[in-house]
Amino acid sequence: MKRVVITGAGTINALGHDVPETIEAMREGRCGIRQLEFRDVERLSISIGGQVKGFEAEGRFNRQQMTLYDRFTQFTLVAAKEAINQSGLEFIGDLAARAGVVLGTAGGGVSTWDDNYRAVYEEGKNRVHPFVVPKLMTNAAVSHISMEYNLKGPSFTVSTACASSNHAMAQAFQMVRTGMAPAMVTGGSESMLCFGGVKAWEGLRVMSKDACRPFSANRNGMVQGEGAGVFVFEEYEHARARGAEILAEVAGYAMSSDASDIVMPSKQGAARAISGALRDARLNPEDVCYINAHGTGTAANDKTECAAVADVFGTHADDLMISSTKSMHGHLIGATGAVELLACIMAVRDGVIAPTIGYEEFDPECALDVVPNEAREAKVDVALSNAFAFGGLNAVLALRKV
Amino acid sequence: MNVKDKVIEIIAEQAVLEPSDVTMDSTLEDLGIDSLGLVESIFAIEEAFDISVPFNANEPEKSDFDISSVRQIVQGIEKLVAEQHA
Repeated sequence: MKRVVITGAGTINALGHDVPETIEAMREGRCGIRQLEFRDVERLSISIGGQVKGFEAEGRFNRQQMTLYDRFTQFTLVAAKEAINQSGLEFIGDLAARAGVVLGTAGGGVSTWDDNYRAVYEEGKNRVHPFVVPKLMTNAAVSHISMEYNLKGPSFTVSTACASSNHAMAQAFQMVRTGMAPAMVTGGSESMLCFGGVKAWEGLRVMSKDACRPFSANRNGMVQGEGAGVFVFEEYEHARARGAEILAEVAGYAMSSDASDIVMPSKQGAARAISGALRDARLNPEDVCYINAHGTGTAANDKTECAAVADVFGTHADDLMISSTKSMHGHLIGATGAVELLACIMAVRDGVIAPTIGYEEFDPECALDVVPNEAREAKVDVALSNAFAFGGLNAVLALRKV
Repeated sequence: MNVKDKVIEIIAEQAVLEPSDVTMDSTLEDLGIDSLGLVESIFAIEEAFDISVPFNANEPEKSDFDISSVRQIVQGIEKLVAEQHA
């Protein structure tokens, strides 16, 4: 088995248009959740979200590209550029032939579906643009990254709702660990902040109208976000041989399925994924200093997640820190694990724990150190990133300081 | 059909029971309706009466809308229908 390290990171989300801006916002506990701005927003009862502002696709991409790039693909391209530039890798020859792209997304080109349904149903048009299908397909982002960077190895999209990115990164990690690929581009992207995308979530009645307050007794639901997180996972010796900067090591992962309910989370399913990741990374529970929680801010998730952590870690649960950065960037659905991995990188590399902002009231069912409201300095050797999806599909990654 | 009968019909359908098995004192728990079933029932009620019910599944007890029994639900719907169709 080979060791796997992260040599590049890129993002765009409500906290920033790149990694330094995002990390700074997480360190300062800044909130990126604001009034949503898009067509027909006044017909929604939920009007806040972690929307990417000040991002103009026009000018970045040419007219031909714009006909093919849904917003989720645009986000992916921006994040991938940052990550691959940072890694310094150039994909040519054997490296290009073996390196691929595995990304997560729950919805793919949601706003392309939305715009074109509107055209044919609401406006009564009988013709749509010829590229609607290649624009909205969930693998569009993967394919464009592959084409842009000459990545010719195993490439595909993983879609497991809110765990999509973690499942994708787990798969990419496994490919590098087994020697199948010397490097993989991985992460995820989501853009469903459009009328139809938010309206669908509204129906579940689990959305907050005012703020995402994970673990706080007065939490009242989740807040959607959008954006992308992309990483370069590289075999350790390959990275070392070329003197690449190493951000963190990916130490292990586990996946599990609750096999119980389509929306309600299960403590056992979550606990099996967490303990499985520890086993896979050959870690003891005491090694873990920080967990980036799934922490959606719903009543059900947060108490179930805290109970799962208490089960797995026993008395050590009281010594570790667990925070939810969704309080700042919102829930990026299929991209959320990718953006949240940045908080884990910040923890192991910089020794800074991102806070859970908006925390107001202690909840005895979430009685862990949730790093309320202010970032904290701490030496962290190992951090976990949790993702527990609708449908009961769970994926947990373990990062280690290098 | 009056509000009470319609609400009971919707709740009974969700619970897979006959309307006659649903009493005004029944609680959703008695009827075996879980949180997802409740959200579906509220959607059906909103559609049937063309109203909007203020209900957040994260804080059912804090919502303005009381779901502690069928009676409370019926009364709540009657009030909302009167307000929203005034």
